[in-house]
Amino acid sequence: MQFSGRRKKLIGNFQNDLYDQCLQFYGQPPLENISLTEFETFAVERLKLLKTVENVGVSCVKNSEQYTKKLDAEISSLNFPHRGGISEYEKRRKDHISHFILRLAYCQTEDLRRWFIQQEMDLFRYRFNCLHSKHKTDFLHKNNLKYETVSAEEKKNLKDKLIASSYGLSGTKVEEHDVYKVPFQDALDLVRTRKVYLLAGNAYIPHHEIVTIVLNDFRTRLSKALAVMFYSDLVISLHCDWLSSFVPLFFCYSHAYVGQDYSIQKNIGKISLEQIDALSGKSFPLCMRHLHKALRENHHLRHGGRMQYGLFLKGIGLTLEQALQFWRSEFVKGKVDADKFDKAYAYSVRHMFGKEGKRTDYTPYSCMKVILSNPPSQGDYHGCPFRHSDPELLKQKLQNYKVSPSGINQILELVKGMHYQLACQKYFELTHNVEDAGFSLNHPNQYFTESQKFLSGGRDIKKEVDMSQRSQENPASVTHPSQANSKQAHEEMGDLDSFFQDE
Amino acid sequence: MSTSDYDPACLPDLLPIYYRRLFFPFSQYYRWLSYGGVSKNYFQNREFSFTLKDDIYVRYQSFTSQNELENEMQKMVPNKIDIGAVYSHRPSQHNAVKSGTFQALEKELVFDIDMTDYDDVRCCCSAADICSKCWTLMNIAIRILDRALREDFGFHHLLWVYLGRRGVHCWVCDDAARKLSVAARSAVAEYLSLVKGGEETVRKVVLSDPIHPFIKLPLFLLVILSVVERYFQQYTIVDQDILGSKESVDKVLALLPEDILSFPDLAVSYKDEKDPMKQWDQLCDLVERKKSNSRKGGQYFDKEIMLQYCYPRLDVNVSKGVNHLLKSPFSVHPKTGRISVPIDLKELNTFDPFEVPTISLICEELERPRADEAEEDDKKDKENEQEAGERHRIRDYKRTSLAKYVKVFDWFLEAMARSRKGEMLKKSDLQMDF
Repeated sequence: MQFSGRRKKLIGNFQNDLYDQCLQFYGQPPLENISLTEFETFAVERLKLLKTVENVGVSCVKNSEQYTKKLDAEISSLNFPHRGGISEYEKRRKDHISHFILRLAYCQTEDLRRWFIQQEMDLFRYRFNCLHSKHKTDFLHKNNLKYETVSAEEKKNLKDKLIASSYGLSGTKVEEHDVYKVPFQDALDLVRTRKVYLLAGNAYIPHHEIVTIVLNDFRTRLSKALAVMFYSDLVISLHCDWLSSFVPLFFCYSHAYVGQDYSIQKNIGKISLEQIDALSGKSFPLCMRHLHKALRENHHLRHGGRMQYGLFLKGIGLTLEQALQFWRSEFVKGKVDADKFDKAYAYSVRHMFGKEGKRTDYTPYSCMKVILSNPPSQGDYHGCPFRHSDPELLKQKLQNYKVSPSGINQILELVKGMHYQLACQKYFELTHNVEDAGFSLNHPNQYFTESQKFLSGGRDIKKEVDMSQRSQENPASVTHPSQANSKQAHEEMGDLDSFFQDE
Repeated sequence: MSTSDYDPACLPDLLPIYYRRLFFPFSQYYRWLSYGGVSKNYFQNREFSFTLKDDIYVRYQSFTSQNELENEMQKMVPNKIDIGAVYSHRPSQHNAVKSGTFQALEKELVFDIDMTDYDDVRCCCSAADICSKCWTLMNIAIRILDRALREDFGFHHLLWVYLGRRGVHCWVCDDAARKLSVAARSAVAEYLSLVKGGEETVRKVVLSDPIHPFIKLPLFLLVILSVVERYFQQYTIVDQDILGSKESVDKVLALLPEDILSFPDLAVSYKDEKDPMKQWDQLCDLVERKKSNSRKGGQYFDKEIMLQYCYPRLDVNVSKGVNHLLKSPFSVHPKTGRISVPIDLKELNTFDPFEVPTISLICEELERPRADEAEEDDKKDKENEQEAGERHRIRDYKRTSLAKYVKVFDWFLEAMARSRKGEMLKKSDLQMDF
């Protein structure tokens, strides 16, 4: 792929053949020249597409009807290939080129690669599932995906077992459609969730589940391609090129959370340690209230809990000195003597504030991060209670906190639907006695700020919050005062920012 | 014959005897880990780690031959030996290798079952203790896992090892198993896991899937339940007496769906029945009747309870990593003195963990001649072309209770050798066919 200021003619027929299906494996890189404008536009639009995929994936159970409907609705407005429309050539071309552009940016680190692969896979799966059965088979043939099929006789012998192991499989389906036999290593997702019949190391996959195998293939190829790309001369030389000013922009947007990061503590020193107990009941989100209580009761928290809670406290305005005093006084009541605290734990508190090691000023965790990474295990109190606690225990906890039974039910319904952030928002509404929270929750510190704002009748804190706010990552429409102040953000990010605003 | 009194303080004196007098079956051990010499340097690139006295832990040990292994072990006298992965280079030289290129390539697929993971469902013992009652849990675990690994995953060469106190390991040694990726190992472990959750989770087995409700139970579960049901009555109802005290009954009831629990007569009614097995039946009947009135289903409550009390509990993290170091068979357990011995699955029902010999016992037995048995075995060994010295040493362990366990290891190795031979014949047949 060459980058030049000139626009070159397309290579006619070849390209038409390349784009005869709405979905592809991205095996071949594009062979044309494009303008810089197109380069930028394509890249950003695909990024928006992938972020949409990610958001829908967090707010709905993947592959459920709700998920597919929502993704349908979102993607159709994004000008990408969708459900094999007739004149989709331009969209498919964009799809092809934009994928490869993003590979350049996302091959750079392990985290970026993982994120990119995950969203591309989800997108691919969605598109593949939209195909008619015949088109699925066509796709397999066209891409030379030869999976071994089971003979009619073997099918007959195994029929009952196959039906008993795969959901949605009937006797007729087994007879009429192919059943594929692949080594279990090629069907790990189905094996892991026990959704397939296994015999002697082979997985027997009914036709309608073939997407999982194809997806595995897709992941392997993409993963390899990204690794190769990373080590290739092309990417290394790009860093020296004028393009190097372009690529870093993707890094900001590829972080899942694109909102205020609460690293700039506007309220430093405004909270005193004596207030924390009261604040935990009034203005802390449930996860932090839980952590605080555990700390007070056990005089200890493990690493995951210290990070999540410690950074949150930093975000609400605790100074390093206050934090050290806070943690020390609590740990000393437990099994840790002052000496050990100073040796072992004080370092990590200072580290959190960017005063040790490589001096990174760590940012408090967003809801996305708390929900998706580092699930708690025995002895841990971190994580998101709506996501990680047993519903029974969650219910008890809410009862202890005097939440009304009807409120608890509403929360549990949201939890069942996996709308963890909405459940927390509901918790906010119930504890603050308000109909509508008035904001879309995606960060624990945001919860705190909004709560304080609400309780004090919306004075000082509000202004400071808006000043450093960038656009929210949640695409749901929200009445937010930050719209007026986004001009500052605009100037920083240029036109790219407008792609992420809610219009 | 029970074990001689083992005193942990004697371990430093007994270990040298253990390693020198060839209790430790070096030649079989080497045979195992060389896997027929099919892959070059497979043994040489294997990582071992030793725990020496005063808890000094050394990693990245590797050996170029059986002799070197023997010499080093006799010299260092490790308290504990761990086996790691086969790397791209000799582990002992890993610092000399260009950074990033020293990689773990292969390792057996392993499973670890620890009795302490069952503490919430056994009342006879807790923590490090075991007894013949709760040993049944291991019996069940081994049966279920062995069947699944062989029939579902097609593995053939499984070595089950009793660790000497409260756990067992399974080493899956097939070629395909050793080459599995981290993702594949993790998927296999998850396939085998049904009991999930830590202290915060009361109901650890959930069979109904809200997205895909079963019309009837899937095949995988039916097979497992057929094993569990065989043991459940005797083990759980009688031995563990789960309906015997209010406390344990409450634990059982806590696993029932919420709205069934609200019926007041539940805990009381079945108590009229004295026979615990009938109590269980009555309880199940009662819940069956109640649940048809409830909205939430609780479709498989009885099966979930059975599985929560009996189904194997694995530590997924042990199975996932290719470079994970795991305690070696024939290691000595420092607290109990027992040797980590292979388990003969054909005799699983009669396997008694308390009969496994301790290092003190076998050292003691060494002093007592068991003449006639030794002579017979000698004659059989004439096929082995070994020096007189080694033959003399083989006699040593054969004079002790360790002998029968080493035999299990021998059978395991022979089966692998036969299978390798079969593979080679197949390959050469294919090549000759044209």
